[in-house]
Amino acid sequence: MKRFIGFIKKEFYHIFRDRRSLFILFGMPIAQILLFGFAITNEINNVDIAILDNSKDATTQEIINRISSSKYFSVQQYLERGADIESAFKKGKIKAVLNFEKDFSQKLIKEGSATVQIITDATDPNTANTISNYTSAILQKYQQELNKSITVAYQIVPQTRMVYNPELKSVFMFVPGVMTIILMLVSAMMTSISIAKEKELGTMEILLVSPLKPFLVIIGKVVPYIFLSVVNAVIIIVLSISIFKMPVQGSLFLLGAESVLFIITSLALGILISTVAATQQTAMMISLMGLMLPVILLSGFIFPISSMPVPLQLISNIIPAKWFIIILKAIMLKGVGITYIWKETLILLGMTIFFIGVSTKKYKIRLE
Amino acid sequence: MKQENVIEVEGLSKKFGDFKAVDAITFEVKRGEIFGFLGANGAGKTTAMKMLIGISTPTSGKASVADFDVYTHAEDIKKNIGYMSQKFALYDDLSVKENITFFGGIYGLSRAQIKDKTAQLIEELGLQEVANQLVGSLPLGWKQKISFSVALLHDPKIVFLDEPTGGVDPITRRQFWEMIYKTANNGTTIFVTTHYMDEAEYCDRVSIMVNGKIEALDTPERLKKQFSVTNMNDVFLKLARG
Repeated sequence: MKRFIGFIKKEFYHIFRDRRSLFILFGMPIAQILLFGFAITNEINNVDIAILDNSKDATTQEIINRISSSKYFSVQQYLERGADIESAFKKGKIKAVLNFEKDFSQKLIKEGSATVQIITDATDPNTANTISNYTSAILQKYQQELNKSITVAYQIVPQTRMVYNPELKSVFMFVPGVMTIILMLVSAMMTSISIAKEKELGTMEILLVSPLKPFLVIIGKVVPYIFLSVVNAVIIIVLSISIFKMPVQGSLFLLGAESVLFIITSLALGILISTVAATQQTAMMISLMGLMLPVILLSGFIFPISSMPVPLQLISNIIPAKWFIIILKAIMLKGVGITYIWKETLILLGMTIFFIGVSTKKYKIRLE
Repeated sequence: MKQENVIEVEGLSKKFGDFKAVDAITFEVKRGEIFGFLGANGAGKTTAMKMLIGISTPTSGKASVADFDVYTHAEDIKKNIGYMSQKFALYDDLSVKENITFFGGIYGLSRAQIKDKTAQLIEELGLQEVANQLVGSLPLGWKQKISFSVALLHDPKIVFLDEPTGGVDPITRRQFWEMIYKTANNGTTIFVTTHYMDEAEYCDRVSIMVNGKIEALDTPERLKKQFSVTNMNDVFLKLARG
């Protein structure tokens, strides 16, 4: 045991004396979470819009008030003629124009329907889509209220409701993904690099000739990274709660336990990589290409799995990150307990055991 | 003086598929001896040594190191041997003292023992000035000496040196051999592989491996006489050319 503690101490020296690895360990999680939280976002804020009000009555005024008082839009310009619309867009600042038809209020009362055209600048299709969704939502809400106060014939109003992330805050979607990437990277990449480093320097050979059991050598290399990964997970969660007001609906204990499970999965992957990689560079390349890319592209972190072609959907099942992201979202956003995510947990557990099994086998072969 | 054997090898072989890397070698090494293990690259030296230090299992044959069987007691062997690789493997980002502490620790030395050994080593090697410097900043010759001393920390019965003088200048090599002599005089057996034929002259006995087999084994003097040449280099060339 004393030998083992000495080993772990040495491992910490390695980590803390290497500025590069320190930066990857602690700089990256913070940078990533802030980047994803602030910069890469698909919500809209204070989008400049213009209004062409052909009717100028109480109803249109009320709608305009509601739109301009929401934090999503700011009304920059009132247009006079339909011909002005194009020039407004061409200046580039205006992202949407609301075009109310003539006699809006009267039509609404007499005919029971009136039209407002939402014209968006689709050079940025995502924003355009979001703008039109948000505007429709505001209009619908107003329509609902109208229906309540005025007794008109039954009118069916389509209602969309966003659950779990009612404000459509994208940061809530990104936090689980970023956390997954960071844990994966720190655990798998850093361990595989540090084991490969021992091989490259020839110290691995010395360790294997020593009475220290090979199994303990590997555990000794892995333990510090479990510790650091847990610290990282805590940093990410604290940052997302304090800066982005990310809710953690479920139990923190369950969240911690699942995170440790995923950390161990990633470490097992890291060990597996180190059994095939003889140099630090190879280890890094395999980690980046073999782990990072699939995590970013196929885990459902950025691109929804349900809209992928079937073959890719099938492939996504073998990516541990996919299951961890499902678990994280379920615990953080939906607040469910283990009874709802035992299947995903079991899958992760199975993968971990598989990776450990394969790497033990490979490791033995390498010793020959 | 009683001449007991600390390494006994009989018909030891290692096959990788159809390739016989080590082909039924037989030899023994006596206590306190400096035993030179020579051969060209790919002759099977390293494979043979790996079997003796317990990190590779032989395909067939018998071998015991420090009275322990390589098949059944590899772990006991590891406690009784020291090993220094051709890379002088130390941790560059640890200081001299930290390296000594670490390697002492994994060989199970107590804290007090490590302290004594560290002080003794620093004194003997004249490392007072650099004891707290990172090993990465030291010249190769110093790393070599420290690496050798680290292999001796736990007072092993036998120390295996895998091409311990690669890449260092002749003067440093000479100094290193003086360290080896001193260690052998204290009763530690030295098992050394080398490329340098002049170093073979320093050994008590040498074996020369060609294509997985030991083709010659005797004192340098007798080998030279046997092949009627004046230096070990010629002995080697005659053997290698068949």
